[in-house]
Amino acid sequence: MTRRAPVAVASACLAFTLTACGGASTTDSAPATLDANADLSKQSLTISIWDGYSPKDLPERVKAKLGFDTKVAIHDTNETIMAKLTAGGDSGIDVAFVSGQYAQALNAQGLLEPLHADLIPNLKNLFPEAAQLAYDKGNTFSVPYTWGTTGLCYRSDLVKTPPTSWSDLLNPPAELKKKITMMTTERWLALPALKLLGASVNTTDQAVLDKAKQMLLKVKPDLLAYDDTTFGDRLKSGEAAMAEAWDGWCPTAEKNIKFVVPSEGSDLWADTMVILKSSRNKEAAHAFINYILDPEIHGWVAQNILYKIPNKVAMDALDPKLLESYPALAQPPAELLKGESLIDLGEASTMYTRLSTEVSAAQ
Amino acid sequence: MTGTGPPVAAVRKAAGRLVTLGPGFGFLTVFLLVPLALVLSYTVFRRGRFGGVVHEPTGENFTRLADPLYLDVVFGSVKLAVITTLLALLLGYPTAYMIAKLPAKWKVIALVAVVLPFWTNFLIRTYAWIVLLNSEGMLNSGLKALGLGPVELLYTDGAIVAGLLYAYLPLMILPLYSAIERLDPSLREASANLGARPARTFWSVTLPLSLPGVLTGCVFVFVPSLGNFVIPELLGGGRRIMVGNLIRDQFLKARDWPFGSVLALAVIAVLVLLLFAQAWAARRAGRDA
Repeated sequence: MTRRAPVAVASACLAFTLTACGGASTTDSAPATLDANADLSKQSLTISIWDGYSPKDLPERVKAKLGFDTKVAIHDTNETIMAKLTAGGDSGIDVAFVSGQYAQALNAQGLLEPLHADLIPNLKNLFPEAAQLAYDKGNTFSVPYTWGTTGLCYRSDLVKTPPTSWSDLLNPPAELKKKITMMTTERWLALPALKLLGASVNTTDQAVLDKAKQMLLKVKPDLLAYDDTTFGDRLKSGEAAMAEAWDGWCPTAEKNIKFVVPSEGSDLWADTMVILKSSRNKEAAHAFINYILDPEIHGWVAQNILYKIPNKVAMDALDPKLLESYPALAQPPAELLKGESLIDLGEASTMYTRLSTEVSAAQ
Repeated sequence: MTGTGPPVAAVRKAAGRLVTLGPGFGFLTVFLLVPLALVLSYTVFRRGRFGGVVHEPTGENFTRLADPLYLDVVFGSVKLAVITTLLALLLGYPTAYMIAKLPAKWKVIALVAVVLPFWTNFLIRTYAWIVLLNSEGMLNSGLKALGLGPVELLYTDGAIVAGLLYAYLPLMILPLYSAIERLDPSLREASANLGARPARTFWSVTLPLSLPGVLTGCVFVFVPSLGNFVIPELLGGGRRIMVGNLIRDQFLKARDWPFGSVLALAVIAVLVLLLFAQAWAARRAGRDA
């Protein structure tokens, strides 16, 4: 999933890092013995996160509160950070922010440190639902940082009837032709069609994916564009009337812009924090995660990025006016949990890659 | 004395060459040839799950290239790049010709004007086209006011060609200008003195002699047009992908480095063939003249 940086900028500035890749080293999966009273000022931390996804002064705040230096590395997509972390050897990163299904894949490769819950007392701030996410039940190797779902973001003044179903996206009425955008990132490209077919967003049934492909190819000529990043602006200008969108990206504070989760259901995605097994600063890493779960820091995310956070204490402390402007923020966790958690599909993930290439290459 | 002279001179000469050629050559070796060799080696391995390669030899990356799905993308890209190149030639030749005929002072101004767009960031200039062409954009507002619109301008092949043409037209004009400017005026005068009309002089003298410039300009426009992935994404709305997008996606989205390398190699092969053709044609044109 890309974050706030427009995808074109990111790709234009991109330099391919052609590192030679070895297989993942098989490390001992036993948790390290950690010292709850370690002198943190002797440690230092390198975290990797999406640009603009944490407060700019986070390193200074961490230094003041916990006494160690923090370096912030930026990744633009899950794919880039995964390439770095799985390249073999020590990536030099202690804490990484990745989406849930990627955390699951990292753990399956033995690259993650099992979390020592006793070193993260702030876990108590989280909603109970935060420990029920399918990619990591019980938060054994990851802590959710943000979570949300995917739905339809639309202009209530430009659609005749408000959309309620994924069918409104995939079989658009005449007045919405060339006024619709869909996402291009593989799992989310397939999602509307899979849900409309009544299938799982994690399906690996080729027959179902073929049917989904037909639906996606059928709607392609009616789309304005494929767009993961700028659909909000397109809706504001009226260039688009409806977009497949992540909840946090739908600018519902604008007049006439609304967000709906279609009746067939949707996904539940989460971005998480994980600690690398290769980290030599594991005490500091736990202290860092604990500090992020502090309502003040975690609340920053909801206030500034407008993503839902799994932190009950921080959510309760939010300004009610903010929730009024961004109703998607107020979606209760129980409601959110109805969405299907995206999980890692292992080798079968290439089926989705292939589907997305075929849809985008079709003329 | 005389016995030591020639070797010293030879060493000096060699040292001089090393100093002048060395840095550039070394830079290219490290940053062009080594990555190229890596790309080449990736083509025969299996993809790693999260990027990179697994060192198990396979030929399937090459057989995949024959899939009509990908061939269509390659042919589609070649088509758009050819159209862009031809339009650039049609627009660029008269422009270069007129600039070459301007008085010296105006020549400089005109040439600066040609390269002026390069002073602004490429993405910003491309976004300007979006503002101009989108259905709520300036052009369509005008058309709507006249009762003619809105017309679907953005996210079409036409928009991609317009964007490519806009971006690379200067690369056509500059080599054309230098080729036309270099022509000996006495040849044209001789042609006129021998009774040829201006049109005849152009077809029989100016055009053939400027052919090397034409070929250089065409290659300069065709090559970056074929590989561009930003313009198809922004002005094509991601609905039409070009081979550049396909390669970018293999590395960044699909994490299929081996197949991305095969595609990159295919494009390199096309371009090398093209450069050979250009060199051959330029030499022929030079000999005939």
